[in-house]
Amino acid sequence: MSKPVTLYVPCDAAALSVGADTVAAAIAAEAEARRLPVQIIRNGSRGMLWLEPLVEVVTNQGRVAYGPVTPDQVAELFDAGFLDGQPHPLGHGLTEEIFYFKHQQRLTFARCGLTDPLSVADYRAHGGFAGLERALALSPAEIVAEVTQSGLRGRGGAGFPTGIKWNTVLNASAAEKFVCCNADEGDSGTFADRMIIEGDPFLLIEGMTIAALAVGARQGYVYLRSEYPHAVATLREAIRRAYEQDWLGTNIHGSGHDFHLEVRMGAGSYVCGEETAMLESLEGKRGMVRAKPPIPALQGLFGQPTIVNNVLTLTSVPVVLAKGAAFYRDFGAGRSHGTQPFQLAGNIQRGGLVELAFGVSLHDLIYRYGGGTASGRPLRAVQVGGPLGAYVPESMLSLSADYESMAEAGAMLGHGGIVVFDDSVRMARMARFAMDFCAVESCGKCTPCRIGSTRGREVLDKIVAGIDVADNMALLDDLCTVMADGSLCAMGGLTPLPVQSAIRHFPEDFA
Amino acid sequence: MTAIDWSAERARAIIESHRSLRGALLPMLHALQEEFGYVDQAAVPLLAAALNLSQAEIHGVISFYHEFRQSRSGRHVVKVCVAEACQARGSDTLVEHLKRKLGLDLGQTGSDGAFTLEAVYCLGNCALGPSALVDDRLLGRLSPARLDGALA
Repeated sequence: MSKPVTLYVPCDAAALSVGADTVAAAIAAEAEARRLPVQIIRNGSRGMLWLEPLVEVVTNQGRVAYGPVTPDQVAELFDAGFLDGQPHPLGHGLTEEIFYFKHQQRLTFARCGLTDPLSVADYRAHGGFAGLERALALSPAEIVAEVTQSGLRGRGGAGFPTGIKWNTVLNASAAEKFVCCNADEGDSGTFADRMIIEGDPFLLIEGMTIAALAVGARQGYVYLRSEYPHAVATLREAIRRAYEQDWLGTNIHGSGHDFHLEVRMGAGSYVCGEETAMLESLEGKRGMVRAKPPIPALQGLFGQPTIVNNVLTLTSVPVVLAKGAAFYRDFGAGRSHGTQPFQLAGNIQRGGLVELAFGVSLHDLIYRYGGGTASGRPLRAVQVGGPLGAYVPESMLSLSADYESMAEAGAMLGHGGIVVFDDSVRMARMARFAMDFCAVESCGKCTPCRIGSTRGREVLDKIVAGIDVADNMALLDDLCTVMADGSLCAMGGLTPLPVQSAIRHFPEDFA
Repeated sequence: MTAIDWSAERARAIIESHRSLRGALLPMLHALQEEFGYVDQAAVPLLAAALNLSQAEIHGVISFYHEFRQSRSGRHVVKVCVAEACQARGSDTLVEHLKRKLGLDLGQTGSDGAFTLEAVYCLGNCALGPSALVDDRLLGRLSPARLDGALA
């Protein structure tokens, strides 16, 4: 028997959604029939989602990519000699030479797709736990200082400086503190949290453990949405293995530090992505937003000082510790330091994940990486930052994707999701959808959000039907002002953003 | 779905096994729904007693979350994504097709108990939409024909 050829077929949910399991099974069966020894490793996704299922074959030159592979093409791939990396119409050459992948700056997603997500040995072999090992040798204040100096800001959307938040928790005195990871990735057009949890779950465990060391917490929770059953299963298994190998639990690797971690599943509520609603939900209550102050850093979970960070914030921490604050800080633009995993979604030819330093233009992301619309029709609008983000017209795509530039342009980066629409989109309908979504998902605590969203939907229905358009547009404008100024949290406060940006940039759709 | 019939005894055991958790109500509700396919009204007093909460509070939590069902679902649950990224890829056509094919509106269960059709806001498969979750199986790049194949 010759040495087995190693192949990678992703087990990421996006790859599974287009048949990765059946492709893996077809490859195994075909290899068996041809008596060719193969070893199939189920990796995370490389993030080139339009090529999924993306099969990689390990050759002397490196990993060679084929995709999107369907089960009925497997036999012809064998015929073409894909096990030796031979050309085929589905072939793309070396994975790491593909433009989309080659021209990324992967810090957070450095390992995603390279390794077996559930192998601690693989994680270690690719630099995993180096950040935690360094953190174990530092004092809490030194860890916080490193994170502060890196310029890392909250990747959930608000962009609050992570080091300042951690410092507040560190300096709070309490018998008990918590680290909570917000993995309630409800924004349409975003999937980076899911991808990193499924593709490199130990990275999140490492980041949360560092956070715990930094503030003296011994218990952590990951609030993960129930719409992500694969991510829940992967993370639970990764946590089990981390306990088994002494990376979680009491006295982690003889350091004298304890950290316990648990996955808690959400239950289909978008507003639970708001940090105080998430804490209520973790406590077993309705996901009702809390008034701030007190801030969660001082009175968070069960009333105790709590770090609440997004998945992408916590998974950026290990590289900050492993390579130092200065290394991380050097990436980015202006006051937006580091990298952002951008997610190209919707009507786009090459959808997927592109991690780059802040400051890349939306145009480059959508055209150089994304290849324009999938339908081939002209691009009309782009929604950046999820359902509460602004609609941006083609003429504004030269915008730099960083926190400040987006805010100046009346938009927001949010969690880095970019949803592309072609010219078939009807913007008044999208504006109505934004109000409808808010009406469905509002927690109901404050009136501007609870009632305003329903009135907003009604007013937009009248506008679309052509009833008293001028008067109703004035009414809608007034309503949006009340919601933006009077809502307790971003749910009601930002719903006017997609509505008013649609009106501002596409007035012809509201006439 | 492999849900079993409601049993107060089984429900008590499930509740008991989660009692040591802090903030135990959501894990308990998930476990009950996993077992029975929905959260039976009869579970409310059991949960209230176990957690020293009022029945109103328990009901408030169950009814707050879209995920928790208060009546039995169909043997298969189809959750179709209606959020923006899937809309940009034509989810409207898919939703209309599903409604016609299953004879159900969003949020309904068929009288034969075969299917429940639900709308969901984002399944995290936004580059490969339109998407749907059929039971726990995520499906992407869905056309009406491909979805029919998956439901057959």
